[in-house]
Amino acid sequence: MDLKEKLLSSFLVFENQVDIDTYVHDVRNDAIKIFEEKGFPTKKEEAWKYTSLNKILKEDYSLFPQQEDAIDYKDIKKYFIHDIDTYKIIFIDGKYSSHLSQTTHDGIDVCLMSSALSKPKYRILIENYFNKAATKDSLSSLNTAFSSEGAYIHIPKNKMVEKPIQIIHFSTGNESATMLQPRNLIVVDENSHVQIIERHQSLNNNPVLTNSVTEIFTNKRAIVDYYKIQNDNSNASLIDNTFIKQKKESVASVHTFAFGGKLTRNNLNFFQEGERIDSILKGVTIIGEKQHVDHNTLVHHIEPNCESHQDYKGIFGENSTGVFNGKIIVEKEAQKTNAFQANNNILVSDKATINTKPQLEIFADDVKCSHGCTIGQLDESAMFYMRSRGIPEKEAKALLMYAFSNNVLNSVKIPEMKQRITKIIAKKLGVNIGFDL
Amino acid sequence: MSKYTEDDLREELKTKEYEYGFYTDIESETFPNGLNEAIVRAISKKKEEPQWMTDWRLEAFQVWKEMTEPEWANVHYKKPDFQGISYYSAPNSKPKYDSLDEVDPELLATFEKLGISLDEQKKLSGVAMDVVIDSVSVATTFKKTLGEKGIIFMSISEAIKEHPELVKKYLGTVVPQKDNFYAALNSAVFSDGSFCYIPKGVKCPMELSTYFRINQAGTGQFERTLVIADEGSYVSYLEGCTAPSRDENQLHAAVVELIALDDAEIKYSTVQNWYPGNAEGKGGVYNFVTKRGLCEKNAKISWTQVETGSAVTWKYPSCVLKGDNSVGEFYSIAVTNNYQQADTGTKMIHLGKNTKSTIISKGISAGKSQNSYRGLVQINSRAENARNFSQCDSLLMGNECGAHTFPYIEAKNKTAKIEHEATTSKIGEDQIFYCNQRGIDTEKAIALIVNGFSKEVLNKLPMEFAVEAQKLLEISLEGSVG
Repeated sequence: MDLKEKLLSSFLVFENQVDIDTYVHDVRNDAIKIFEEKGFPTKKEEAWKYTSLNKILKEDYSLFPQQEDAIDYKDIKKYFIHDIDTYKIIFIDGKYSSHLSQTTHDGIDVCLMSSALSKPKYRILIENYFNKAATKDSLSSLNTAFSSEGAYIHIPKNKMVEKPIQIIHFSTGNESATMLQPRNLIVVDENSHVQIIERHQSLNNNPVLTNSVTEIFTNKRAIVDYYKIQNDNSNASLIDNTFIKQKKESVASVHTFAFGGKLTRNNLNFFQEGERIDSILKGVTIIGEKQHVDHNTLVHHIEPNCESHQDYKGIFGENSTGVFNGKIIVEKEAQKTNAFQANNNILVSDKATINTKPQLEIFADDVKCSHGCTIGQLDESAMFYMRSRGIPEKEAKALLMYAFSNNVLNSVKIPEMKQRITKIIAKKLGVNIGFDL
Repeated sequence: MSKYTEDDLREELKTKEYEYGFYTDIESETFPNGLNEAIVRAISKKKEEPQWMTDWRLEAFQVWKEMTEPEWANVHYKKPDFQGISYYSAPNSKPKYDSLDEVDPELLATFEKLGISLDEQKKLSGVAMDVVIDSVSVATTFKKTLGEKGIIFMSISEAIKEHPELVKKYLGTVVPQKDNFYAALNSAVFSDGSFCYIPKGVKCPMELSTYFRINQAGTGQFERTLVIADEGSYVSYLEGCTAPSRDENQLHAAVVELIALDDAEIKYSTVQNWYPGNAEGKGGVYNFVTKRGLCEKNAKISWTQVETGSAVTWKYPSCVLKGDNSVGEFYSIAVTNNYQQADTGTKMIHLGKNTKSTIISKGISAGKSQNSYRGLVQINSRAENARNFSQCDSLLMGNECGAHTFPYIEAKNKTAKIEHEATTSKIGEDQIFYCNQRGIDTEKAIALIVNGFSKEVLNKLPMEFAVEAQKLLEISLEGSVG
């Protein structure tokens, strides 16, 4: 039985298990129909031209893993940004772990999707926002059909959330292969500000496939900083679908740090539904082995006077493959749009491949849109400069690569987070220096 | 004096009829509509082709029958009815002429209207022309001068008869019969085209030139061009098109193959001005062209194109950089107005070491048109030190048109250096104001700015073409600032 059939047949069982709220129930039923019709995307589809899911779909995934004994905090402490106080929403094999988490209902809601979907007091919000940003593509629909758990964050008007929120999805690998489908909903009302860090981590080497959907709504003048850390082991695959709907004058930024996993696909979509919106998409990708990272971004400019900034840096070693597919659409009403996109790549191995396709679709005339894309090597004269001053080759290379990704790192607003990323980069590049020279 | 406003300009532009829209009444010999094996055989027989050529055509036809039309391009149009077109049409006046005096005077008048009088060309520019009217070449000038150098420049049907060894060796090597839907169709039914062979070490002393025109109503035009530059030779080849005004859509599916052997250089320039349809988007030519060049060691192929015509354009002149140190270039200006749609660009396939490619593409869209750049830069794993630079700029006039960029970049070698940049903008009001202030009216100012915008490409055109191209740009765009 292939994965699609398995998913379809287990949907009925799943629907009976969860509370049948009429609204969500209908949404799920519609979604499974879309998935049934479209199936998993293949390389024949333009958006999946360079990324094949065939291999990872062959595993026999367990769809509803049994919950195992709780994990000790000390074992997984390293996956947290632990040196600052944060709210935490922690999931183990798709189930909420209350003893590791720290949620709140004090003025803001930092809690669970399962309770938001079932409790009547959240009903209006769910009806207004749930599945309203996600597109009807097959993988998002699949997630929608099985959506039951994830993070639910609602920040009411005029709130400055004083500490960041961490959302971490662990998979224990107790089953031979696990498929997880977390669903996050984040609603930030007028004038509010929130910082969120998201991570998917598998704790042993069994195959994991995560098909995650995050919907973010930023209302008038809201500010959202979202950080994604993707540094999983070599059997974990992640399809991360993020949909952001922005209203007037809001600012949303998403930083994606892709340092590995077997296959990582980021579908990052911004929809600008108001004037003077700013959208920021940044990413650093450093991978090796046979890893595959695919960034697929879309910025849809619908109204005038908006901006978008994209900056993706990639360093590809060994047999790794990188894909960047960035799309900017400017509708004809969206005059005075300022859209910028840059994608810079370094290939450090003969067997690494990079496929990039920065795409512009512009229907308005009074716009400034540009994209730049480069593939190149480290500057030899810079290398020579450092070598002649006694810096060993490996360190010199690492310094240059760090400098290469520094643009993106500099816009990280949580200092501890930046330090953590810096450490991961040092480890990835195999050097033991701090880069704070 | 009343002010000449942008609205006036726009009005004038809309009402401007296609200047070259006329129809020459020459008795044509035309095949019945439709395509089947018998028609393919008949075309081959009509052209008195040898058996191997007939077989080659039939092979292509078999492949074509199995293929479906490509749909990935960013263009929308009513699919041509392939059984509704006639696949052969030739002017009746035969046989060949040695001098211009013998040519049907009506034909000559056509050329004069287009401003390319053969006499003038002959005297002033030293251009030898292989003039193609509806598929059969009727006049070849300067053949003798070229003959002295050993250069073969003739219609491809003559070449099939006179130099079968060359045609047999190279035809279909760069664009195989089964390459794509339209290439297969062309291979099966091509009626004529140009053939050019430059021997070893010869630098062709003049620009070779050919003009294609679609003349007979409802006739598909299937040209086949084959240019071979032998080791160390150089040739600059010009191709230009203007087509009479028609209401029904006409299909043009040409194939151009360039082969640059070791150390050779080919420069291929095109000015394309097929009938683009009227202001409501009715009529116009479908231009589905396959152009590709193969570079051997140290060879260079340079494509330059100015695309102002056609209702739908679907064209990607490409370079296969097979030999080490070979160079590919692509310079393009694509202008779309009213309801025109263009999906054009290039492919640079880097196979050899130290290969270089440059892509400069300028897209200008006005009216309700859609203009897309689609390009591929592919660095294969053995292409050490490959280098590419691409630049795609788009200029938008008015908010009803669209500009799109689809660049595909695939690198499999760590020594590759690739740069790609694209911008989209409009003509700045301050630029127009600056010109107005200095007494240059808006219309001229736009022409000036557009010329400046496309200068990098215009500069690459041979003199004779640069003037014509500049004129075309002005005609296509006058006053369409938004």
